[in-house]
Amino acid sequence: MRPRQLLRHHLFWPIAALVLLLVLNTVSNPSFLEIRLQNGQLYGSLVDILRNGAPTLLIAVGMTLVIATRGIDLSVGAVAAIAGAVACTWIASGGSAATAVLLALGACVLLGLWNGFLVSVLGIQPIIATLVLMTAGRGAAMLVTEGQIITVDDPLYHQIGAGFLVLPIAVLVSLGVLVGVALLTRGTALGMLVESVGVNPRASLLAGVRSRTIIWTVYVFAGLCAGVAGLMISSNVNAADANNAGLWIEMDAILAVVIGGTSLAGGRYSLAGTLVGALVIQTLTTTVYSIGVAPNAALVFKAVVVIAVCLLQSPRTSQVFGVRRKAGPRPSRSEEVTAA
Amino acid sequence: MTDSSARAAPAVDMRGITVEFPGVRALSEVDFRLLPGEVHALMGENGAGKSTLIKALTGVHRPTSGVILLHGEQVGFGTPVQAQDAGISTVYQEVNLCPNLSVAENILLGREPRRLGAIDARACRARAAELLQRIGLSIDPASTLDSHPIAVQQLVAIARALAVDARVLVLDEPTSSLDAGEVAELFRIMRVLRDDGVAILFVSHFLDQVYEIADRMTVLRNGSLVGEYLPTETGRLELVSAMLGRENTVLEEVGRRSQERAPASVPVLTARNLGRGGAIAPFDLEIHAGEVVGLAGLLGSGRTELARLLFGADRADTGGLSTGGRPFRPRSARSMIARGVAFCSEDRKAEGLVADLSVRDNLLLALQAARGWARPVPRRTADALVAEYIGKLDIRPADPGALTKNLSGGNQQKVLLARWLITRPKLLILDEPTRGIDVGAKAQIQQVVADLAADGTAVLFVSAELEEVVRVSDRVVVLRDRHKVSELDGADATVDRVMASIAAAHGEHGRAVAS
Amino acid sequence: MSVMDVRSRQVRVPRRFLPVAATFAVFVLTFGAGSLRYEGFASPQVLTNLFVDNAFLIVLAVGMTFVILTGGIDLSVGAVAALSTMIAAATLEAGWPPLVSVAAVLLTGTCLGLLMGLVIHHFEVQPFIVTLAGMFLARGLCFLISVESVSITDPAFRAAATGTLTPVEGVTLTYSVLIALAVVLVAAHVLHRTRFGRTVYAVGGSEASARLMGLPTGRVKVGVYAVSGFCSALGGLLFSLYMLSGYGLHAVGMELDVIAAVVVGGTLLSGGVGYVAGSVAGVLVLGTVQTLISFEGTLSSWWTRIVVGVLLLVFVVFQRAVVRRAR
Repeated sequence: MRPRQLLRHHLFWPIAALVLLLVLNTVSNPSFLEIRLQNGQLYGSLVDILRNGAPTLLIAVGMTLVIATRGIDLSVGAVAAIAGAVACTWIASGGSAATAVLLALGACVLLGLWNGFLVSVLGIQPIIATLVLMTAGRGAAMLVTEGQIITVDDPLYHQIGAGFLVLPIAVLVSLGVLVGVALLTRGTALGMLVESVGVNPRASLLAGVRSRTIIWTVYVFAGLCAGVAGLMISSNVNAADANNAGLWIEMDAILAVVIGGTSLAGGRYSLAGTLVGALVIQTLTTTVYSIGVAPNAALVFKAVVVIAVCLLQSPRTSQVFGVRRKAGPRPSRSEEVTAA
Repeated sequence: MTDSSARAAPAVDMRGITVEFPGVRALSEVDFRLLPGEVHALMGENGAGKSTLIKALTGVHRPTSGVILLHGEQVGFGTPVQAQDAGISTVYQEVNLCPNLSVAENILLGREPRRLGAIDARACRARAAELLQRIGLSIDPASTLDSHPIAVQQLVAIARALAVDARVLVLDEPTSSLDAGEVAELFRIMRVLRDDGVAILFVSHFLDQVYEIADRMTVLRNGSLVGEYLPTETGRLELVSAMLGRENTVLEEVGRRSQERAPASVPVLTARNLGRGGAIAPFDLEIHAGEVVGLAGLLGSGRTELARLLFGADRADTGGLSTGGRPFRPRSARSMIARGVAFCSEDRKAEGLVADLSVRDNLLLALQAARGWARPVPRRTADALVAEYIGKLDIRPADPGALTKNLSGGNQQKVLLARWLITRPKLLILDEPTRGIDVGAKAQIQQVVADLAADGTAVLFVSAELEEVVRVSDRVVVLRDRHKVSELDGADATVDRVMASIAAAHGEHGRAVAS
Repeated sequence: MSVMDVRSRQVRVPRRFLPVAATFAVFVLTFGAGSLRYEGFASPQVLTNLFVDNAFLIVLAVGMTFVILTGGIDLSVGAVAALSTMIAAATLEAGWPPLVSVAAVLLTGTCLGLLMGLVIHHFEVQPFIVTLAGMFLARGLCFLISVESVSITDPAFRAAATGTLTPVEGVTLTYSVLIALAVVLVAAHVLHRTRFGRTVYAVGGSEASARLMGLPTGRVKVGVYAVSGFCSALGGLLFSLYMLSGYGLHAVGMELDVIAAVVVGGTLLSGGVGYVAGSVAGVLVLGTVQTLISFEGTLSSWWTRIVVGVLLLVFVVFQRAVVRRAR
């Protein structure tokens, strides 16, 4: 009974994938698990994975809440690019790092408000509503940077993406947000209300839930997360590249959420799952690089792992939740199997 | 009529049908026979095994054991398609057609006449028109399905069933969303088909309808066969006790509303000239504490619309509300909840349940929403409330962690009711709270309504069943054609009077379904 | 305007056609605006070039229309197109006969689509995720074949690419345009005159109902992804004719353009409503915008993205209004 329960846990396969990847790495490079303390800072492959994965994790946290409300935000990559563009352009024109950050995050909140407006007020399907900004957003970022790659040299700004407080600051920020969101949503009733809106928006509205406000808020929060992630990315390289900063990061974030067991159909979500999902994706990327496969061909491995994890989760999902989508008088797959 | 058909060979003969699911025996050794040229009603509470039996017949479920003979030949269907091909067509309670396609496309979907491999559009139109003609439905075959009301869509589904020359027609609760005129139309078509020799299996919760249309009745209880009855020889009480398997005491008890209830002087909610274009004409209404106000009228008379306006679920064009003498305009559901008004929608699935969440979360949802996300209900209070209401309303399974989607219809309805009771509303608006649920749960819900009123809560009770409205309510408001036409008090509120009020000047009432 | 009037009189259910008519109207308007503003814009050749430059996009949009009509989505089309250019280039370089090479490309694309369809249907993984993985897979495979761009030197291929037709004086077409138009015609026939097509609409309208009606929903759901895979491969072939090279970074982000074109063409992402003709109109609108911006000369290329985003927004809000009024 015990092992079966373990197998049925929604994080079993993602964690198994993560462990497998770590083992692979350790076998090919015995010093993989080593962590050194040097000048009060931690170094090592594991720390690198965390640091490189910090922006994805942060965006995935915002994405988790959006997906829990039955939405999706495709624009986060473009928003991240805009954040970097705004901040770097401001610094390059002589502004201070602090105001640059505030300006960039302010812009991202506005963009989040815009997405939220389209979805919650106009009632447009989230996938198209955010596709608008995904398409136009990079153009807007180019507009800000006038098509140039803006480089900056501001030590304070550089701290966001590359600074250390024992651990990289970016990692601390991302984990801090993750824990903060977990405490906030599970400690209060916010999580339950978000899930309720995701499962049945109309019923929630009639039960007195402020569905519109909740949906609007999660898009703003996703925008904010994307903004901070964009700052991390641009500050790490001291530059704003409107075309390539945060390219495909929305897809990585969505994958992280889905691998973590949160369904794209909305409803119940798992922040712990999102953390594991983000780690799986980043570890995979790192692994492929360190094995020496061409960076672009690494995509093949990503595809394989994603499909493998989703497939492994799937039969079980359809056993446990199978009745939901097949509410009609058709037997769920499990019934067919057992009846046969 | 029954005598002659009883001698014919059965169209369907199911013998010793047992269906088992993991851990559950849904049907055990049920015998059922359906004769050509008869309407055979299948009766039973929810969970009696009606749908399982139908699904075993239509190839959705494969029986664990037992034999199905179709016109004397043994059959075994693996899929609904095979059953359809063998001449068994099913029309489900919720219209199972494609709203985005035209009427003709829906009727012929999957069996379009073809020429040279391509669909022959002209032949399609002709065939669809012919089938609509056969059931006497005069609508444009090229119009999109969702431009028609549900009742017409249901008839289109029957036309589709005829397209296969079905010799067996299964109607699974087809009448639950139809009004009286539409039911009459459906029955007319059923009689035509019956006289053509079609064997019709009919499921309905409405005793009146069953007695009107059925030639024979089969009653199931807890997955077993209770017996086969003839409507001409079986009284209602006998039938109901066969379905319930116990003496029918609950219904009788709730029956008499407490006469001595003295309405409080100040109304809980007053509507003045409240109305919304196309939904309900402006009306006045007062609801007092401790009073059950019934809302009667045919489907489409504005019952649901009136209830929704009072709750602010839809925005009013004219007029306003007042509570405790203070007037205001209803803005949103939230603002009404803040004033102590609660509303259970008729559409349980779409507007009530949060199916993927637990019973506990569903019970606490309204209370929590009123408190706001930042002030969660303390754990101990929440546990106590949940346990109290699961017990009070006899919600089964009594497991707060169970997902509501796995509950039966009656228990889901109780969860919704309890969700509002927890917030201790001053006025509870119940739109069709007993529709589509079994007799036992129905009686329990009616009892809850009576208890609430006794405790001083005002209740607005909407139901399509006149007898129920009259039995439960102190006062009945009658609607016709989206107008409030009368209010019947106390002794005046009898089924006959309400019916007369609904039927008055019915000739002007232009809601006939077909030509 | 006249377009709309004619349509609403001819057609039995005008509301269904309203979005498509609107797209055509926008196309006429933008093209008309260009003609007024720029000399030489209104020439038949500029119009023809819209087809020449966007032939591959039209083919991809046709495949995407099938998928979106069932309520699904296919994010892999750009990557599969890129993979097709790569396979074509690599096999030609290896000396395969052009026809065999073309067959290999089409087979690969169809199989990839089929595979994704099977996973989506049988394992009930969301299409978004499966086709996203498909996109990663196809792009990755490109780089496994070659990291560099591979140019196509096969004479037959080059002849097909550079060959032109002059049906009318002053108008030159490429073979790609003919192929794209043929694909559109076949797709329209399949959608409206076959049971497969009807089932595509039925699945998009209500999958549960379609299943109860005994329609082969599973086969159709898998089938549309195979169709989309085939169209992506064919679109990729046309793209390789256009670029005369195979490269893993070809057609990056093209899936977004394709989805935008389909949505602008009036197909609802929720499924069940839309027409191939609409998607063609959507491609033409996007193409006109691009042409306008290149005629302007002073505007930078990123304005294209912004304008496409704005167009998308306008159409989505418009559709939303139509749907709301209908309810």
